[in-house]
Amino acid sequence: MTGRIIRITGPVVEADGMRGALMYELVHAGTDALIGEIIGLAEDVATIQVYEDTTGIAPGEPVERTGAPLSVELGPGLLGMVYDGIQRPLEVIRNEMGDFIIRGATLPALDRRRTYAFTPVAEAGGKAVPGTVIGTVAEGRFVHRILVPHGTEGVFASVAGAGEYTVMDQIAAVLSAGGSEVPVTMLRRWPVRVGRPFAEKLRPKDPLITGQRIIDSFFPIVKGGTAAVPGPFGAGKTVVQHQLAKWSDADIIVYVGCGERGNELADVLRQFPALSDPRSGTPLMDRTVLIGNTSNMPVAAREASVYTGITIAEYYRDMGYDVALMADSTSRWAEAMREISGRLEEMPGEHGYPAYLASRLAGFYERAGKVRVLGPSGSEGSVSVIGAVSPPGGDFSEPVTQNTLRVVRVFWALDADLAHARHFPSINWLTSYSLYPDDVQGWWNAHGGEEWSAMRGAMMAILQKEGELEEIVHLVGPDVLPEDDKLALHVAGIIRESFLIQSAFDPVDTFCPPEKQYHMMRLITDYARYGKEAVEGGRSVAEIASLPVAARLARLGSMENEAFTEYFEETEREMAAAFGKGAGGRT
Amino acid sequence: MTSPAREYTSVVRVSGPLMVVSGVGDAAYGEVVEVRLPDGEKRLGQVLESRTDIAVIQVFGGTQDLDTDITSVRFTGEPLRMVVSPEILGRIFDGSAAPADGGGAVIPGKIVDISGSPINPTARAFPEDCIETGISAIDGMNTLVRGQKLPIFSGAGLPHSRLAAQIARQARVLRDQEEFAIVFGAMGITNEEARFFLNEFEETGALEHAVVFINRADDPAIERIITPRLALTAAEYLAFDLGMHVLVILQDITAYCEALREVSAARDEVPARRGYPGYMYTDLASVFERAGRIHGRKGSITQLPIISMPDDDITHPVPDLTGYITEGQIVLSRDLHRKGVYPPIDVLPSLSRLMSGGIGEGKTREDHGGVSDQLYAAYAKGRRLESLVTVIGEEGLSEADRRTLAFTARFEKEFIGQGVGGGRTVDETLDAAWDLLRLFPGEELNRISPALIEKYLRREAP
Repeated sequence: MTGRIIRITGPVVEADGMRGALMYELVHAGTDALIGEIIGLAEDVATIQVYEDTTGIAPGEPVERTGAPLSVELGPGLLGMVYDGIQRPLEVIRNEMGDFIIRGATLPALDRRRTYAFTPVAEAGGKAVPGTVIGTVAEGRFVHRILVPHGTEGVFASVAGAGEYTVMDQIAAVLSAGGSEVPVTMLRRWPVRVGRPFAEKLRPKDPLITGQRIIDSFFPIVKGGTAAVPGPFGAGKTVVQHQLAKWSDADIIVYVGCGERGNELADVLRQFPALSDPRSGTPLMDRTVLIGNTSNMPVAAREASVYTGITIAEYYRDMGYDVALMADSTSRWAEAMREISGRLEEMPGEHGYPAYLASRLAGFYERAGKVRVLGPSGSEGSVSVIGAVSPPGGDFSEPVTQNTLRVVRVFWALDADLAHARHFPSINWLTSYSLYPDDVQGWWNAHGGEEWSAMRGAMMAILQKEGELEEIVHLVGPDVLPEDDKLALHVAGIIRESFLIQSAFDPVDTFCPPEKQYHMMRLITDYARYGKEAVEGGRSVAEIASLPVAARLARLGSMENEAFTEYFEETEREMAAAFGKGAGGRT
Repeated sequence: MTSPAREYTSVVRVSGPLMVVSGVGDAAYGEVVEVRLPDGEKRLGQVLESRTDIAVIQVFGGTQDLDTDITSVRFTGEPLRMVVSPEILGRIFDGSAAPADGGGAVIPGKIVDISGSPINPTARAFPEDCIETGISAIDGMNTLVRGQKLPIFSGAGLPHSRLAAQIARQARVLRDQEEFAIVFGAMGITNEEARFFLNEFEETGALEHAVVFINRADDPAIERIITPRLALTAAEYLAFDLGMHVLVILQDITAYCEALREVSAARDEVPARRGYPGYMYTDLASVFERAGRIHGRKGSITQLPIISMPDDDITHPVPDLTGYITEGQIVLSRDLHRKGVYPPIDVLPSLSRLMSGGIGEGKTREDHGGVSDQLYAAYAKGRRLESLVTVIGEEGLSEADRRTLAFTARFEKEFIGQGVGGGRTVDETLDAAWDLLRLFPGEELNRISPALIEKYLRREAP
């Protein structure tokens, strides 16, 4: 099972004597046993992408096959960890090897010595099929269900009693129909490039609530949905991704920092342990798995990082959890593919990207979804995927953006002009879209109110109107517009300034609960309606704009969530009075 | 890399910056070679690709006068390394670390691989100490923090050198007196620019705590690939071994990228955009990511790379990829320069991603964030109105719009255009901002909290 290196060029190495090796098999290359993966075979020559710096490797050095594909370790202890692109534990590496990453580290992803309190659920003699719950351990506040692994079927020959076990200890044995007894531990391995199986895909219907107004109220994503966030540099992709990782109401977050900045990861590591989840009150880090393969870490491991991330996400999905995965940035992943493809001297497609770019992107996003999991529990879990895209020069016509848009159902287009004016999140309300509003309407009716859909439509219509009017204003100035158009511009300004702008750095405004979003929408749509009636009744827009209630609307976002109801009612009353409506308006 | 040195004369091909040697067999990827020319001159090279029969080598000193007969190649068995010691401070080197100031070789303290190793992301300390540069457009609206990489995007003929030198001269950390150093890495800059920096360093006495590496425009282009790595290796030593706070100025990254493109083209690689190689993002990251702070270590590396944008095009691959790696950018504007504004910083496309962590109460001032947002909102609106006014004239504007226009003019002239003289403190910058914000009635300042408006707007009212 040993080959010999015959060529080295950057992260790509060729070896001969490899006949019988498998595509995507994991190998150890060179005398330093660097981890690599076979990405091409020709006769007895294998082409290998190496996940570490290849400096110093020379022809003639050995290549050892492992017989297994690139896999991740799955089991209790994943939450709160920080891994590189091929699931090496970065904090452990730092403790053992120092502040700089030295190559050749081979440390297990899951701690072999740590014990977990196991509580059995299955009993000896019971039926065991893939997905059957053997028992549970507590992983922080989560119930970590230990399931019968795929490919194992029969009856339980034994199930361990309650007690402390490591991930390597046997916790059950399954007697297969063929009569062999298969020992089961809590540790699983799964090849990253293969999606984990499930019983069936379901139609998602619950929104993934993110606490970001323009997302939840205008361009919602569902639990099990897919979204892309493209934008030029400086438009705030990373802040959007961080906000979603912090505040979205998924159970588990997998955050993949793919070819991005080291300081961004440091920022997450600084904030997440200190911030608490608004729903459970526990530190955000306790529900998060971080995959960090920064831009200066080996490029092949960057290519693998998104697969490592999504496999971990699927593992928690299979326990019945709602998982959200953020990949920042999928363009760096695509570029890693391009770099490797270039070294292989493959015929390039558009912009030098390999011809299989579209199918790889589609294959990745297709691993998202809401599913019924395998096994008798019949429980449901979901993986939502939100990918950042970094188009060169901010040009959305480039291949990564275009191929991503073909497969995702939500598009949050970040806009450089908005970012320059410090309008954040800089999601452009005219070009962005979501295909889920109809799916989540039922949820909003139950949790906000019946008018969600109508108010959303009304607000978007006003913004649309503003977009059309802007061209005219540019030609002839705002003065000549009729009063109702002036009102549209005025209300659009209020929607932008008081609803769409949301400060990620304001301690209150950073997370806006759905009920508050709903009430804000009501105030603004009421204001628009009253304003329209007033204009029809002969009042001028200048007069309406000078009412003090307009200034009150501007401060809705930063109003403490607890005090909001009172402020909301007061504003409603004041507005009704200013427009000469009956006391209280509506309640 | 354990192989001992081997010597060959089997050069079979020389083309552009590359040379192919046959029959080597065991050349290690990235190994350094010493090329001896027929006339005895020695040049450095590095293995770019190694096969059982041939090795492809890039020659840093250029391939002129190489032949396929007498030229000999010594494989050293080592990666590219350099000597560092406390004595490098105050020294001037050429683009491949040979002394260029008439001084002798550096007495070895430590020999290190110039490609460095990535900092483990979990070891990074998040940058949050504000550096006061004395420049309002930066301090007030795009605050630089220690450990950040903040490039200056410029164009031909714009005063980026002067700005970089001014920052190097004025930069200080609030409430802190610690050891600092400047590392200057020049790639392909003109003799005149080089002289400007050296004069500047000498006049201000900065040279004694500076290390300078200069590859001039007429020096070998391929050498530019190693110059920034030398500069950063020196910086890492000063910062993480000696505990100094290091400001690294790299000029010009565009010349560096052109050297990368030259090597890539010579290897017939599939190009990405405009002929630049597909791995340019990764390569630039291996330079720019060598900035930062590390938990438990005293020093820091702050990078101020200078990028000249061909045709002032910010979407050109070099500024574009740079912007995706660095933590913001300072963009110089030809329009402002023409108007006589110095420094001609266009704040709208400029950004400091690490600003929010370095400002505010206890760091700079409680009103810093709000004031900055308000200036941005008002100036962006003013610029929109200016383009409107060229079409419809000022008569069609409301009074509020005219206020914004007045603000915009004064903002460019007084706040941005502070002139070449000394700097402003952060407090002076923020006070200057409030002087302009007083043009607006308080309720129009919707990006600042009412309490702060109350406190600052009425203070020392004119």
